Formats: sequence, structure tokens, C-alpha cells
Amino acid sequence: MMKWLFEPGLVASSPVAHAIFAGAAVALLSAVTGFFVLLRRQAFAGHALTDVATTGGAAASLWSLTPLLGFVVGAVTGASALSVAGDERVRERDVATGVILGIATGCSALFLYLTSTSTANTGVAQQVLFGSVFDVSTSTVALVVLISLALVTLTLAVARPLMVTSLVPAIAAARGERTRLLGWFFMLVMAATVALSALITGAVLSTALLVGPAASAQRLTARPPRAIALAALLGLFATTLGVILAYDSFYWRSSGTGLPVSFFIVIIIVAQYAVAGRMHRIRRSN
Amino acid sequence: MLNTWLAATLAAVVAGVVGFFVVVRGETFPAHAIANGAFAGATGATLLGLNPLLGLASFSLLGAGGVAVLRRRAQSDVATGLVLVTLLALGSAFVSQTTTYQGQVVGLLFGSLFGVSHQQLLLLGAIALVCCVTVLSLFRPLLLSALSPDVARGRGLNVGLLNAIFLVVIAAATTLSIPVVGTFLVFSLMIGPAAVARRLVISPARAMALSVALALGLAWTAIASAYATNWPVGFFVGTYAGVLYLVTNWWRRSR
Repeated sequence: MMKWLFEPGLVASSPVAHAIFAGAAVALLSAVTGFFVLLRRQAFAGHALTDVATTGGAAASLWSLTPLLGFVVGAVTGASALSVAGDERVRERDVATGVILGIATGCSALFLYLTSTSTANTGVAQQVLFGSVFDVSTSTVALVVLISLALVTLTLAVARPLMVTSLVPAIAAARGERTRLLGWFFMLVMAATVALSALITGAVLSTALLVGPAASAQRLTARPPRAIALAALLGLFATTLGVILAYDSFYWRSSGTGLPVSFFIVIIIVAQYAVAGRMHRIRRSN
Repeated sequence: MLNTWLAATLAAVVAGVVGFFVVVRGETFPAHAIANGAFAGATGATLLGLNPLLGLASFSLLGAGGVAVLRRRAQSDVATGLVLVTLLALGSAFVSQTTTYQGQVVGLLFGSLFGVSHQQLLLLGAIALVCCVTVLSLFRPLLLSALSPDVARGRGLNVGLLNAIFLVVIAAATTLSIPVVGTFLVFSLMIGPAAVARRLVISPARAMALSVALALGLAWTAIASAYATNWPVGFFVGTYAGVLYLVTNWWRRSR
């Protein structure tokens, strides 16, 4: 069993250690952010941010900048656009989100096309969209861990007002909470979360880590602190196991073409969600 | 080139008709998820050496079915998001196993002016016809169940069934449009014109007609621009739709 799970060289491999560390940090941040994303029903906005982050990543690859910079700048720009276009009515908000997402995707198309025609880097689309966690350098990992911890602390510090604003905006406003400011702040945190996890799972699949563990946790417990902790654990499990399996997958077939990390992470997250749903239903019927 | 233009015209008409209801019924996120999920099907079909159109059709149906089933149990946006990432993850696995030229994948994602054969065109025409007939014959029930589900139920309409049918229609419309505009931007062609039309016209029938006209204009100018610059069609569809929407919004607000 141990031999099956840990292929030779896994423990000694520094890219794997990097990936696991970065994955853990991102899983923690995604758990905290994800909890509020579900509360505020902003899964679509979160997903749109991943698409805008993709645009940033594609632009970074076109101008040979580090992908993280591209992801962050892209996501933050997207967050501002979404905040400005924000509408009280969900349907109108979704349409505006969709249009912004369309502009971003169109621009990604252009950047990726220009990159693939102007350089020899043909795998760039795949790298930006689906991640390349084994290429992450030590300094980037340190940066990812630092930013994640800072954002987790910051978000937990405003957890209470943020929760009230998310659940009953009118009451929060009456109590003097600055709903708009909080909304804008949260949009930025969401952008940062998406940008960081884009490094691990690729931009398109950040949504999985953002929404999946939080949704599973929500099915298992109703208490906010527990739900956040549980989501963090589930996310941590998914990223770690995903990284290990992806590393192992290079040895599964003699051709040496492994499967991407993001694939494993998403499959694990979806499986967790299914199991959580089962447990939820069993408990309810008892 | 003529075939591409005909295919784009079909895609635009259907996108205008279906997109109107996507916007009215608030199905923006599911429409996006179905389109993105379809990409996985195309890469899977390429991997197995099958016709990409088959992969597109089966995976967009799978996405529609997944959203319809999961939505009954979970918060709608979460259900949609999870279906979306599952299909995309499969797509990423398929891509990693495919050794063919990356350009083909990018073409599927963002659209390209690659040739559409006569045979394909006939198939696309048939899908377009089915989509339009379904939506137009269910015009009133679809509208009523979107605007007030309770009244619709009171009148004996099966709202759950209508929702499911409409998701399948989105899947069909998606399959149809992907060969030209690409998976990631089918959605722009559906949402952009419909959203603009709804801002400008109140009467549903007129708004739908305007949405079709705008979608046609959008598709044609995008193809012409792509032809002139050799850039991906998707870029022009996405940005033109965005600019159109923003300008209309700003104009409506300033009046």
C-alpha cells in the first residue's frame, strides 16, 4: 500500500514538497473564502474571476512575466469590474458577470493565440488553463503561503460583520456596517484566492477548490467555525492527495505521460461532495 | 468560407432565440457551464479518434443533465459550479493524454475559421431547427415559468420538466455554435445580444427578434474581423458583445 502510494523519489522531490506546501496554503484560504462565497451566493462571480485571472495569466505568458503576477493583476481588475457592475437583483448581476467574463475570455483567446504564434511555447494554453504546480519555485511558494495566511487572518477578523452583511444586508446597513465596502473587500479577497489557487489547479479549475470543500462542509455541519475548519481539512486532503497521485501517475504508464494535478484535485473534491451528501441524507433520515 | 459563414448564421439565430430565455430565466451560469463542459467532450472524442461533434453533443447533454439533477438537491450556483469543474477536469485529463497539435485544442476553446463540411452543415441545420421549434412552441410556458413559477404551477404546468427541457435546448444550441465561436465564447453570443435587446425593448416577442438581429450582426462582424486579422473569432465575439452591452447600459442610464 505504502509502496503503491509513494512512488520512488516522492519524498525527496522538492517540486512535490513545494506543491504540497503551496496546496495546503491555498486550501486553507479557499476554505475561509469559500464559506462566504456560498453564504453570499457568489459562486458565479468566483468562477468569473477565474476566467479573468486566466486572461492575466495569458497576458503574462505573452510578455514573459511570472504567471502569479498575471493571475493577481487579472483577478483584481476583474473584481473591480464586478463590483462596479454589481446589481442587487441576482439575474441582472449574473448577466453583467457573464458579459465581463465574455470580454475576459475573448482577450485570453487573443493573448494565447499571439503567444502561440510569436513563441515556440505551444503548451502555454494548457499551462495557464490547467496549472503547472510542479514548476513553482521556492520563493513563489513562500509568497503564496505568506499572502494566504495574511488574507485568512484579515478575513477572519471581519468574519462577523461580513456574515451579517451577507445574510441580511438591510439589517447590517441599519446597524452601520459599511455593506458596500465589505462587499468590495470580499470581492478582492476572492480575487486573490482565485489567483493563488490558479497556480496549483490552473485558472479554470480554481472554482473547484473555492466552492467544493465549503459546500461539502456545509452539508456536514451548520456551525460556521466548524464548517470553515472542516472545509480547510477537506481541501488540504484534496490538494495533498492530488499532488501525490499526479506525481505517481507519471509511473503508471510506460509512456511517461502523467495526468494533471488539477484533474485529481477536482475528482477528489467531487467525491468528497458526493460522500458528504450521502452522510447528510443518512443523518436526516435517522 | 461560405460554409463557415452559413454555420455562423445558424449559430447566431439559435443563440439569439435561446439566449433571450437564458437571460430572462436567469440561466446565465448553467449556460456557461454547459458550454465549458462541452469542451471536454470534444477533446475526449479527439483522443478516441471520433467525430468531435459527437463528443460536444454528448458532453453538453451530460452537463445539462448534471445541472438539472444536482440543482434539486443543492444551492443552484454550487451545483452548476461543481458540474462545470468536473467536466473541465475531465477535459484537462484528456488534453494531457492527447499528443496532437495544441492548436486544435485552442481552436476548440476559442473558435477558429476551420472548414465546416457540407455534411456537418446539414447536421447543424437540423439541430438549429429543433432548437428554434422547441423554444418557439414553448414560448409562453417558458416565459411564465420564469417570471412566476407559482402561477405557472397553478395553471398546471410542469415547471421541473420545462426547466429540464430548456437545459437540453441550451446544450443543443451550444453544440451547434462551438465549431465556429469556440466553447468559451458560445456563451457571449447567447448572453450579449439578448441582454442588450432586453434593455432596449419591453415586449418579449420584439426583444427576442432584436436579440436574433443583434446576434447575427455580432457573428458576422466578428467573422469578418477574424478573417481580416487572422485573430481568433472568440476574441471579437467576446469584446464586441461586451462593448455593446456596456454602451447600451450607459446610454440607458444617462437618459
